Amino acid sequence: MSIRSMVVLWCSLIIVAWVQSAESWATEVNVYSARQEELIKPVLDRFSEQTGIRVNLITGNADELITRIASEGRNSPADLLITTDVGRLYRAKQQQLLQPLQSDFLNAQIPTHLRDEAGYWFGLTVRARPILYAVDRVDPTKLASLQDLTAAEWRGRICVRSSSHIYNQSLVASRLAHDGTEATEQWVRGVVANFARPPRGGDRDQIRALAAGVCDIAIANTYYLAGMMNDPRDQAAASQIKVLWPDQDSAGAHINISGAGLSAHAPNPQAGRQLLEFMLQAEAQQWYAEANHEYPVRTDVAYSETLQQFGSFKADTLPLERLGELNADALRLMDRARWR
Amino acid sequence: MTERSRRFRLDPWRWLVLVPAMLLAVPVLMILLSVLDPQWDVWAHLRQTVLWSYISNSLLLAFGVGLGALFIGTGCAWLVSQYHFPGRKYLEWMLLLPLAIPAYIIAYTYTGLLDFAGPVQSQLRIWFDWRYGDYWFPEIRSLGGAIIMLALVLYPYVYMLARTAFREQASSLQEASRTLGLTPRQHFWRVALPLARPAILTGTALAMMEAFADYGTVQYFGVDTFTTGIFRTWFGLNNSLAAAQLAALLTSFVLFLLVLEQWSRRKIRYYHQGQKDTQQPRRTLTAGRKWLVFVLCCLPLLFGFVVPAVQLSLWALATWQVTLDERFMQLVWNSFSLAAMAALISVTLALVFAYARRLKRDWLVLIPVRLAAMGYAIPGTVIAIGVMLPLAFVDQRIDLLAEQWFGVRTGLLFSGTLFALLLAYSVRFLAVSLHSVEAGLHRIRPNMDQAARSLGCSPRQVLWRVHVPLLRGSVLTALLLVFVDVLKELPATLILRPFNFNTLAVRTYELASDERLADASLSALAIVLVGLLPVIILARSMDRH
Repeated sequence: MSIRSMVVLWCSLIIVAWVQSAESWATEVNVYSARQEELIKPVLDRFSEQTGIRVNLITGNADELITRIASEGRNSPADLLITTDVGRLYRAKQQQLLQPLQSDFLNAQIPTHLRDEAGYWFGLTVRARPILYAVDRVDPTKLASLQDLTAAEWRGRICVRSSSHIYNQSLVASRLAHDGTEATEQWVRGVVANFARPPRGGDRDQIRALAAGVCDIAIANTYYLAGMMNDPRDQAAASQIKVLWPDQDSAGAHINISGAGLSAHAPNPQAGRQLLEFMLQAEAQQWYAEANHEYPVRTDVAYSETLQQFGSFKADTLPLERLGELNADALRLMDRARWR
Repeated sequence: MTERSRRFRLDPWRWLVLVPAMLLAVPVLMILLSVLDPQWDVWAHLRQTVLWSYISNSLLLAFGVGLGALFIGTGCAWLVSQYHFPGRKYLEWMLLLPLAIPAYIIAYTYTGLLDFAGPVQSQLRIWFDWRYGDYWFPEIRSLGGAIIMLALVLYPYVYMLARTAFREQASSLQEASRTLGLTPRQHFWRVALPLARPAILTGTALAMMEAFADYGTVQYFGVDTFTTGIFRTWFGLNNSLAAAQLAALLTSFVLFLLVLEQWSRRKIRYYHQGQKDTQQPRRTLTAGRKWLVFVLCCLPLLFGFVVPAVQLSLWALATWQVTLDERFMQLVWNSFSLAAMAALISVTLALVFAYARRLKRDWLVLIPVRLAAMGYAIPGTVIAIGVMLPLAFVDQRIDLLAEQWFGVRTGLLFSGTLFALLLAYSVRFLAVSLHSVEAGLHRIRPNMDQAARSLGCSPRQVLWRVHVPLLRGSVLTALLLVFVDVLKELPATLILRPFNFNTLAVRTYELASDERLADASLSALAIVLVGLLPVIILARSMDRH
């Protein structure tokens, strides 16, 4: 290729790209989503069909999306921020990137502890993180509470992923909120002492290891197990595993949410509100929760069939805001306890 | 008067370097400047708990990968360039193939194969009636595993550069060694290897920088390194300054590495004539050795490409009905065009920078270029944020000014456009194109410049009419490397891309990060296939020469 043709090609490609990215539409809503495209696009498409409002989507890691909204400032095109855990919504609120939204519909549909008091963020689905155990090797009556995981008989029998993951940070943050620093640190040290192996891989890997006999107990989110039960390749492994809901006589099992908030400088606040309310309608809730086997936040929408097999449970009603507040403390504590 | 003398000192070449280099250096500078506000509290916590494991793991990883890539790359390059053996013609370019496989993808596939619940161990348990704990099996998800995975996909950096270097050594050299009584082995150790050293070390340095910056593999394998630490500190401890300071520490390691590399060849200048007609003939081997060499050269290809590609294909066969939809071709096109644009930009910049360095050997050129090339060792996310913040700042300023002066809001001009993305790629991958262009330029004798100048060429004409034709090979190599790197690049793409703009890497990551590797396999395979295209072009152009 000659130098001149190279330069021409180069310039024309850039111009094309620029023009492409500068297109815009009349009625639209811009979504920054930490939930993957696969899981959210169908709901958004349905919304566009019904309302004629175009949805523009970027997916990414929540922390980076938040950084992007912050750096874009008052020019940010973001209308809605969707995350898969409450800690990030809390952080966005702390950085004044969200605005309160007054919606009687949303307030009526979502239980109080699953939304922000002032309307900065709203839960869309509930994700539970209970104990999973191998049916043939564990007596479930010995595990009433997460506290029991520190008992000597579970030495070398627990699988859980790295503390770098937000799910474990939130779990420890919830213990911190209930039990305080000293008791929680003791608990974490006890659990770490019972690890079957140094944490590696994701939740699904812990479940596979559990099925294969590396460990007898795992801590993982239920939708991973549900997903495996519906995947022919993993069915055999998943069938040997049961869910145990801890702390049913006390605070309840640890939960988190996937949720959304309206961005502080949203250019289309009305459309953003419409989309948020759309996602809380019974049909969307059903679909949205079922697509990834999560629990709907609306109490009047049925669980997916797979989730019904896990049974109903008492969920922790700790205001989820606390998980965000205690996130950094939880991480430091896990660093000290060498939960890697 | 002073105005004029300043202009004299900052002649066009210096401007050509200073402006883009400083632009590219902004993200790196932002990271380095973070040390001005030390976060003692976080550092005390890190020092007591995890800092030492970050440091030791990162160093072990980088040096392990460097050694592995050096060994495999140089070995294969030597065999392929010196001997006749079955399949050599194909192996010569097929050895580049592992380059097309993203490190985190190879990590996922091998984990799928070798993990406790994977097919290999399951089969062993069935055959020998073992249970968990009855037998020992190497743990793939460990530091050692990460080193092997990264070395398998990074050795082509060394191989590519070393092969060119070996091929370009004139046959007269070998004849000279022989007349001086050196055996072929002595010739390799005492003549060929030292002469190829700049190319080999450059390749090794690239592999090591890539290892320092790797996030996907170490995160999945549960190895604590600087990159995982940066994310933990930033998002877990919610302290972006301390995270930037960790990144600065990582950068200083890389700086040290680069200085070491430069220092190791401080007084050596290597040149060659650029005459291809004196190329040495390949030697023939006995039948047994022929096949031994064949097997040796097949091994990296087998483990670095065939095994993961077959595994991906099997998964893709099982899932393609679900994953292949009309949006898929759009993904392929987005990835391809983006990578092509980034490669052209990055190589153009590299040519300008490398040439200016040759023309002006002073710190005014050297330092900006070195700074701009630091981005390679910094994790993509950190670069992305380093690009995003200044661009957004500029956008806000323009927006405010336009509103004050003209009453118009300009909105975001750069943020969230492909410009931001391409800038990030240039920062991240300049080192790749620069290293390979510089390695090529180093081998062109300065007296050729002088001859061209004395025949009336301007410096620019020397570049276009003498260097570019001679540099063809290196430039093609640089284009290919950046193209493939951008194709695989994930974190910066994820965070900086415009609305509704997806690439193959993004799609692969979204599925793979949810541990749905089988569903991710089709797009992973497409990355590999699109990445093969330039590899084949390169191989053909190698043949033509």
